[in-house]
Amino acid sequence: MNHSTWVIDGGRVIDPANSVDRVARLVLHDGKVHSLDTSDGDLPPDAQRLDASGKIVAPGLVDLATELREPGSEEDETIQTGSDAALAGGYTTVLCCSSTKPLMDSAASVQLVRQIAQEVDGVRVLPIACLSKGRQAEQMAELGILARAGAAGFSDSPRPMSNDALLKRALDYCRMFDLPIFDRPEVPELAEGGVMHDGQIGLILGLKGLPTEAEDLAVARDVRLAEATKGRLHVGPVSTMGAIDMIGRVKSRGIQISASVCPHNLFASDELLRSYDSRYKVHPPMRSPSHVEALQKAVADGVIDAIESGHMPRAHEKKANDLDLAPFGASALETTLSAVATDLIEAGILDWRRAIECLSVAPARIAGVSGGSLTIGENADVTVIDPNASWNVDPREFRSRCRSSPMAGRTLSARVTHTLVDGRLKFQLQPECSAT
Amino acid sequence: MNASLSTEQLSFPALWQHPHLLDLERLSAAEILAILRTADQLKTMTDGCRRKVSLLAGKTCANLFFENSTRTRNSFSLAAKRLGADTVEFSSSGSSVAKGETFVDTAKTIEAMGVDWVVTRHSTPGTPHLLARELDCCVLNAGDGPHEHPTQGLLDMLTILQHRIGSDWRNESADPETIFSGMTVALVGDIAHSRTARSNLWGLRKLGAHVIICGPPTLVSPRWEELGFEVAHRLDEIVHRCDVLNLLRIQFERQKARPFPSVYEYAALYAMNGQRLRLAKDDILIMAPGPINRGVEITPEVADGPHSVILEQVTNGIAVRMASLWLLANAKDNAASSETHA
Repeated sequence: MNHSTWVIDGGRVIDPANSVDRVARLVLHDGKVHSLDTSDGDLPPDAQRLDASGKIVAPGLVDLATELREPGSEEDETIQTGSDAALAGGYTTVLCCSSTKPLMDSAASVQLVRQIAQEVDGVRVLPIACLSKGRQAEQMAELGILARAGAAGFSDSPRPMSNDALLKRALDYCRMFDLPIFDRPEVPELAEGGVMHDGQIGLILGLKGLPTEAEDLAVARDVRLAEATKGRLHVGPVSTMGAIDMIGRVKSRGIQISASVCPHNLFASDELLRSYDSRYKVHPPMRSPSHVEALQKAVADGVIDAIESGHMPRAHEKKANDLDLAPFGASALETTLSAVATDLIEAGILDWRRAIECLSVAPARIAGVSGGSLTIGENADVTVIDPNASWNVDPREFRSRCRSSPMAGRTLSARVTHTLVDGRLKFQLQPECSAT
Repeated sequence: MNASLSTEQLSFPALWQHPHLLDLERLSAAEILAILRTADQLKTMTDGCRRKVSLLAGKTCANLFFENSTRTRNSFSLAAKRLGADTVEFSSSGSSVAKGETFVDTAKTIEAMGVDWVVTRHSTPGTPHLLARELDCCVLNAGDGPHEHPTQGLLDMLTILQHRIGSDWRNESADPETIFSGMTVALVGDIAHSRTARSNLWGLRKLGAHVIICGPPTLVSPRWEELGFEVAHRLDEIVHRCDVLNLLRIQFERQKARPFPSVYEYAALYAMNGQRLRLAKDDILIMAPGPINRGVEITPEVADGPHSVILEQVTNGIAVRMASLWLLANAKDNAASSETHA
């Protein structure tokens, strides 16, 4: 073993993919997972050591939908700041969607993102290219060429795919690349002008609503097309009881479809919009408590496969506006794991194993990328978590350029202390930040 | 009413502690009645030949209107001037907003010139709440999109009080929550886009009225029933039960898709006309917040008829705005004074 050896000692290793959940010594070597429980005599004297006593050692987190905003909207975020935020949140891989102009609908644009990410040398960034040319939902983008350039999947997100026929054709066509299609489910005509959940609170506040049927109808279309084409379709983020119901029913019939949810839909209801604070203007919108409860249950029982961060960074000057003008979005990479720990694990809805499945194993499986396990020989992507930490969310301390967060001011439990990508330590929490 | 009321006799209601007037939903019945009583007194003081008093001399009121307005803007200006305050007028067209400045920065700039109140109108709900967090001065909501228009709701209630309730409501011993008991008020029209409706319905219900919300289902959500209001879709079936009809304008400018087939059809189903008036109680009160669209929500014979109090509403608007400015400024001064002495 040489200098690239890491010995992570004394932590509770949770690796759901291999049914491991016990205190163990994890050894990483040359960027790969080397072994569990190697004896002292077999370790090189110059191995770097990480004392993980009292901590959880998990496969690195994988995010299915991160907006990095570069190139095009660097005032919101850059690949550098987004990468720093991801590492601080325990992510080792992020799938980055095309949310800025120039769009990622050409080989050159995909390669540019990969090149910048390589220079940043932080989190692993996998581009999700456009599904349709110019994101116009009229003609398929050159999916084969985009795949060859390094696209990890396709989506018109954050726009929903509004053309049913195009989605069906693309699901059929994409089977030859074995790459997933991601759809953000929403019928645009029903959602037009909406600012928040279409419910009693919105009615009182006079804010235009995003009705649940806009999502339900799109999910119904998506699951039917997935069934018809047997294509790899991921639906998310979802936020309604109707969506969960439909996804649960098709899954029980053995149809291959996956779904994800954002943390803000798991902890908060539309009541927070009573403040008219734009940090709660997020997409999908915070819905009524009955939807929140149903989503929590759906995550626990596996109807929803994954929790995605919903990281949609937007510059302060954009968010510091009235609710009609302020864009949807929030900074979420740095708080997602802690929010899950606080609102789902502490509340007894999930255990740590299921949480890691939702944040690491399932997203890696859905995306078809490496990660999500500590299998010997796999990439040494590891997240170390202090489950007993408690911290106050102060967005001024975010690595992300976006400081708008629905979690601001909350006290969250559990915190990422170390993130290793390919066996290299990329993030270490400073001791003074570890507790409040 | 005491016609010889002087400024010395105007007493500040101890329960009023708000530096801002943002909506009626979050005010108590007692607080609403306190404004109405103050407005009633100020109206008396400034009636007749002595139109101006100096209760707020030396203070400045800024009208920040990001949407068009005739009556509300002028009403606030007159209210401030009648109490001796100066006014600053701002319109978004031709201002720095047109150059790309955010409305919060614009408001902060105006505040920095030394104003005591910002009266704001904006097309987006919640903008006054945002300003109340960002500014140090008093903020008054003069209409935020389809959310609320609290002073319009108050002036509507003051008009009903003056016409339909005896003088007991002026006594401190009156129970605020039962002032309107036994009274049925219908809000008719474009409830979905109406800030007047949202202020009226909370205020009226808090003071004990039975409120009916009437209009086509595309403009009246069934969710209002879940919130305890009676919802009706046929005006002809409820008009005989109403003591007051408040006819709200169709807000074409806020509608992206037409919620009914034609203006002609809307008028046929909902316009208050002579025929429908014959179905009503003899003493029904006809109100409209204005501007009125003759022939759409109301026909000229009703708008100009003996049951109509539309112009009195305008007059009461000044009184309500005087009361609001005075109460907010005093609450702010009292709070500052308490802090100084603490």
